[in-house]
Amino acid sequence: MKILNCPINGPRPVQEFVFGGELREMPDPDVATDAEWTDYVYNRNGAPGLRREWWYHLASGTWFVAERDTGTNDVKKTYLYGDEVEHG
Amino acid sequence: MAERLAPRRGEWIDRNRPLEFSFEGKKHTGFAGDTISSALWVSGRRLLGRSFKYHRPRGIFSFADHDVNVMVQDRSLLNIRADVTPLEEGQKLRAVNTVGGLKMDLGQLNNRLARFLPVGFYYKSFHKPAKLFPYYERLIRKAAGLGYVTPDEERRHWGKAYGFADVLVVGAGPSGLAAAAAAGEAGAKVVLVDENARPGGTLTYAEGANGGADGMLADLLRRVEASPNVEYRAETVASAHFEEHWVPLVHREDGMTKMRAGSVVVAGGAMEQPAVFRNNDMPGVMLGSAALRLIHRYAVKPFDKGVVLAANSDAYGVALDLLRAGVEVAAVVDLRQDGEESDLGGAVREAGVRVYTGHCVYEARAAKKGLGVGEAIIAPLDVQNNPIPSRAFEVGCDGISMSVGWAANAALLAQSGCRLGYSEDLHQFVPVELADGIFASGRVNGVYRAEDKVRDGERAGILAARHVGEGKAADVPAEVPRHPGPAPSHPYPVYDHPKGMAFVDLDEDVQLKDIKNSIQEGFDSIALVNRFATLGMGPSQGKHSNTNGIRIVARLMTKTVEETGTITSRPFFHPVPMGVLAGRSFHPARRTPMHRRHEERGAVFMRAGDWFRPEYYATPDRGREDAILDEVRAVRLGVGLIDVGTLGKLEVAGPNALELIERICTGKFAKLKVGMTRYALMTDEAGTITDDGVCARLSDEHFYLTATTSGVDALYREMTRWVKVWGLDAEVTNYSNAFAAMNLAGPLSREVLSSMTDLDLSEDAFPYLGVREGRVAGVPARVMRVGFVGELGYEVHVPADGGLHAWDAITEAGKAVGIRWFGVEAQRRLRLEKGHVIVGQDTDGLTNPWEANMGWAVKLDKPFFIGQRTLKILEKRGQEEEQRGGEDRRLIGQRTQDRKLAGFALVYGGEGPRPKECHLAIEDGEIIGRVTSIAYSEALGKVIGLAFLPADRAVGSCFQIRTDGGALVDAEVVKVPFYDPDNSRQKGGQREVTYQGGKA
Repeated sequence: MKILNCPINGPRPVQEFVFGGELREMPDPDVATDAEWTDYVYNRNGAPGLRREWWYHLASGTWFVAERDTGTNDVKKTYLYGDEVEHG
Repeated sequence: MAERLAPRRGEWIDRNRPLEFSFEGKKHTGFAGDTISSALWVSGRRLLGRSFKYHRPRGIFSFADHDVNVMVQDRSLLNIRADVTPLEEGQKLRAVNTVGGLKMDLGQLNNRLARFLPVGFYYKSFHKPAKLFPYYERLIRKAAGLGYVTPDEERRHWGKAYGFADVLVVGAGPSGLAAAAAAGEAGAKVVLVDENARPGGTLTYAEGANGGADGMLADLLRRVEASPNVEYRAETVASAHFEEHWVPLVHREDGMTKMRAGSVVVAGGAMEQPAVFRNNDMPGVMLGSAALRLIHRYAVKPFDKGVVLAANSDAYGVALDLLRAGVEVAAVVDLRQDGEESDLGGAVREAGVRVYTGHCVYEARAAKKGLGVGEAIIAPLDVQNNPIPSRAFEVGCDGISMSVGWAANAALLAQSGCRLGYSEDLHQFVPVELADGIFASGRVNGVYRAEDKVRDGERAGILAARHVGEGKAADVPAEVPRHPGPAPSHPYPVYDHPKGMAFVDLDEDVQLKDIKNSIQEGFDSIALVNRFATLGMGPSQGKHSNTNGIRIVARLMTKTVEETGTITSRPFFHPVPMGVLAGRSFHPARRTPMHRRHEERGAVFMRAGDWFRPEYYATPDRGREDAILDEVRAVRLGVGLIDVGTLGKLEVAGPNALELIERICTGKFAKLKVGMTRYALMTDEAGTITDDGVCARLSDEHFYLTATTSGVDALYREMTRWVKVWGLDAEVTNYSNAFAAMNLAGPLSREVLSSMTDLDLSEDAFPYLGVREGRVAGVPARVMRVGFVGELGYEVHVPADGGLHAWDAITEAGKAVGIRWFGVEAQRRLRLEKGHVIVGQDTDGLTNPWEANMGWAVKLDKPFFIGQRTLKILEKRGQEEEQRGGEDRRLIGQRTQDRKLAGFALVYGGEGPRPKECHLAIEDGEIIGRVTSIAYSEALGKVIGLAFLPADRAVGSCFQIRTDGGALVDAEVVKVPFYDPDNSRQKGGQREVTYQGGKA
């Protein structure tokens, strides 16, 4: 059982969290071609490596970003969206 | 009952506390501290269980929690391992794997038929012909199970706890005790666990090999007890290692502790391994360590006259201890040509024991009477380690002990990511590279001498403490060299016999020849042999078979053991009772403020997620169907009240509240007037419907948004995320629990409500789709004119603590006009008559709005909403198809969809098999869709429903529905809404009632 470090609540067991998928920039829907948009909607990068991911702390309703190596399941750091200061 | 040995220092039994129990209906006596097996063995019983496949007699073998053929049942407790389970007063035990009792087990016929039951027999025999498989399946299931489920017994609840430690030490033998003491003394908080009833490991039984063990054990225990930092748990198996040093500790008595440790010392020791020879499974043949445990812990003679099979120094310690216990040692048979050169070897020879070096036990033969060993057939070995049967001879005995080698108890190491390698010096796997925070000591680390194990434990304990930031003052200890001198394990203690029955794995009766045959069949890797021959796949998970299995496969494939590879022990590496995993079975339950009233009125509840909702209210003398129809009729003709408090309820407020709603919902809300509501539909980025509800505008910057019971949590979560991503100045608050809600519906609803509110309910002041804030029964309320069930209706939302009061008041006010409470099932039928879609029931994970006939709710011409871009692509594709003249005719005029929710009515009157939700729609024998909703409508006198059908099926076309059992029922596509197609009733215009079901 993993411990995730919520930027607001500190280290908590992973059952308290909901995974929100990889943090990906939405292409501008007015500019993107159909192919680009479809790629955004349906394709995910499954190769192991460092990813920025959305995580949600259920008990407090906190969305934050975790940088996780999907190969080793090692969480490098967590921080609130738009706030890349490391909290531990 | 046979005699115990004289009282011994350190024995585990309490001779002052005799215990009575029964086994297979026969009464026995033992002592407190006995295990079931030791108490049976001392009474002279040799047949303790039957093997899995051939039902061969089995006795004590490992006596170390791996005697899986000696599993017993005590009332509701299945598959108790008799070799380690403590004896208790009054236990009523029976063997689990017999047909008609242990002695006369009919299953032993399989033993005679063994040559007709070759490896892979089940895989090969029971798949053809396919139509017979159900018969085979019953047979196999009967043969496969162990134990008997006793549904009448009271359920036993197992506990679950969370534990925390700086250092977890697994194994309380000499190295584990030393590690715990050292880590504790260094200042770390230590938890020390051991599966045995008492600490000490090898020090509690192997006294011949560990001269002076008593003093050493006492010293170690004193040190551990002196440290306030060390907590010791007996009878506890550290049964797996998960990431971040999360280790489930399974306790014999009270469930599981989920232990999180800063670092882990694995000092689990080594598991003694058997030799492979003909009839090595016979009662009386046992591991040397099993014989020692019987003597030293339980004062039980393992046998009267024994042959000691030897390949290491331990065997000579066994021989000496047997002699001291009064056992005649008929011979020591040493597999090694050189024999034992240590002092122990000398002591055995001095005692006058005949030692045969370079010999093996070629076969065990049963005694003339009984099922146990009667003699050992001993054969010399050639220099290639092959027996020479022509020169074999017999030695009479009633027991054979085997001390030929060990396997590291390394499952936790492997699971934690340590790399193991095969040491050709020790002939065992040892850790080569340790994972972060994992330390190994003692036999698992290849260290065998007692004093070396203590030093190795000390070292591991200090390193583990330093890993968590303690013990910085302590010096980093030096590596302890691995076992010097002759290897503790023989490289290949495997001796073939032309008549077979040389068992590699006792769990599932895997013989040496089965492994040979598997490889001949082309299963040419250890992982494949395992599965095909079921080697290591029994309850002991290969603890006594994998080592020899790997050696055998390596030899047959002419590879090294290292090249052949190990077998991964998956978590949990020791079986765990299902009840322990299930724990307390905690299910959260959510109840609305009116729950008590529903109970009082006889509501039959259904679960909606965690919520309890009344499905209908049972009434005396009316069955379920009639009660539901009564509720439906009350709403259509008079007035009904339903608790809709489980609805999702969100507030969206702030300068960007409108912007957020516009981006989340498919419709347009900019022109929504304050005091009005609008249907709100949500899609995801793929344009799939995710939720729906009603959006009410309370002020310019304040909205009240309802959502489905099961969807609201996800919707709320997504909305709060988008607020952050888009940087909107809007606040979303989830009030689902804070508000109670009820829907007052029916032509008389206005009359009922008007008597108890300050709101003006006149059609002009409070039109259809309006929302008003005021008081209902004195409680502040939000009231919305809704039409979900297709009648004049008011949804009343009040703070949760006012919910019951408002409910009671409305009910009281409605009494004069016969108000009736209705449940979820009546509501579903009412809305079905209107053709209203329930998201999640009538839609699935791929449904776009057009397929659900909700294109009207989608505004593709507004700036943006989630899913809009994808829906635009779909729309464009549909238009292109249309322009091309449409190769796929189905798409014409339907934008882009190949299926559509269509209303249908059954052609028959309602007799015969009734189709259900999810039944398939059939046309010319082909599947064309499925039913999503179906129910009998009294108003229409028909069974109606919604179904996904190909988009081009027009009103009037026919199809069939395949019901349970295969019968086909005719259905016709009809126009939706089924009932009141102009929606005049919910808008409040129409009061006249045309209704087949009855009068108001």
